[in-house]
Amino acid sequence: MSDATTGIDPRGPRFTAAVTFVVFAVALLLSDAEPAIAAVVTGVQAVLFAIGAGLGVQKTPTGLFFRAVVRPRLTPPDHLEDPAPPRFAQAVGLVFAVVATVGFATGAVLLGQVFAGLAIVAAFLNAVFAFCLGCEMYLLGLRLRPARA
Amino acid sequence: MNPGLVILVLAVVVAAGFGLYRRRVDGVFTTAPVVEEVAQRSPVVEEAIGRPDAGTFHVGASRDPAPATTWSAVTASLPDAELGERATLVQFSSAFCAPCRTTRVVLADVAEQYDGVAHVEIDAEEHLELVRELDVRRTPTTLVLDRTGHEITRAAGAPRREQVLAALPLHQES
Repeated sequence: MSDATTGIDPRGPRFTAAVTFVVFAVALLLSDAEPAIAAVVTGVQAVLFAIGAGLGVQKTPTGLFFRAVVRPRLTPPDHLEDPAPPRFAQAVGLVFAVVATVGFATGAVLLGQVFAGLAIVAAFLNAVFAFCLGCEMYLLGLRLRPARA
Repeated sequence: MNPGLVILVLAVVVAAGFGLYRRRVDGVFTTAPVVEEVAQRSPVVEEAIGRPDAGTFHVGASRDPAPATTWSAVTASLPDAELGERATLVQFSSAFCAPCRTTRVVLADVAEQYDGVAHVEIDAEEHLELVRELDVRRTPTTLVLDRTGHEITRAAGAPRREQVLAALPLHQES
């Protein structure tokens, strides 16, 4: 509990995830007719993810917006959270956003749509259920490494 | 229907379904009632637990095949860990895991308030062999061990305080 005072409001990353969800949804809806514009949209999202992964979730535009505009209108958080898990999730999201962008930009539209869809699953779980899919995949990923035994 | 819209709808349905499922199973201890019942009913089991060679005795249908007890597997990785006289709450955590913190607070509180209950937190990343051996798939995962070090139940996801208390073996004192 000692580090509880240095944490972040857990609703910040959820707000960011909600924005991420909308961005990917827009990209998917645009992707059939205008894959080039969809590529720009997911490309912007990739930049947001890169900021979140590189500088921390508090430093992304959505993180700053949450702190400046949304959080003052909410009740104080009942607990604070470690910023490391959502930051890790931003790095996972970055991979999906990059693949989606490459797909849309190179004409592999279905590839882009599938990865945008996977990102939407993760963003939805995070925004609605406060569930960090990327964080959980992390341990499964580690387990898949060859065992010494 | 265009593929983009189909994938969007599919993704939302899958995410909502998975999220609701997880909300239902998170923190729920499995197999506890059965084992508790066996321990309560069978004097043989009680007697065996009391014997000095109890370490090799399996309570009920134990799920851990290779090691003598779950606890002996734990101490192979963490030699300094101490078994509780009544029960031991073994928590697996990882760095990128917000609910692990909640779980730590709950389990540490239970261990503090109930005599003979110990709380051991294990970094899953540093003990992957143990994670594989005990088949831990998520963090947090909480194992409840009886006083002989056998696993009697486990829960994946953050359990609530009442869930932990209900999973403790035989409330001896109140």
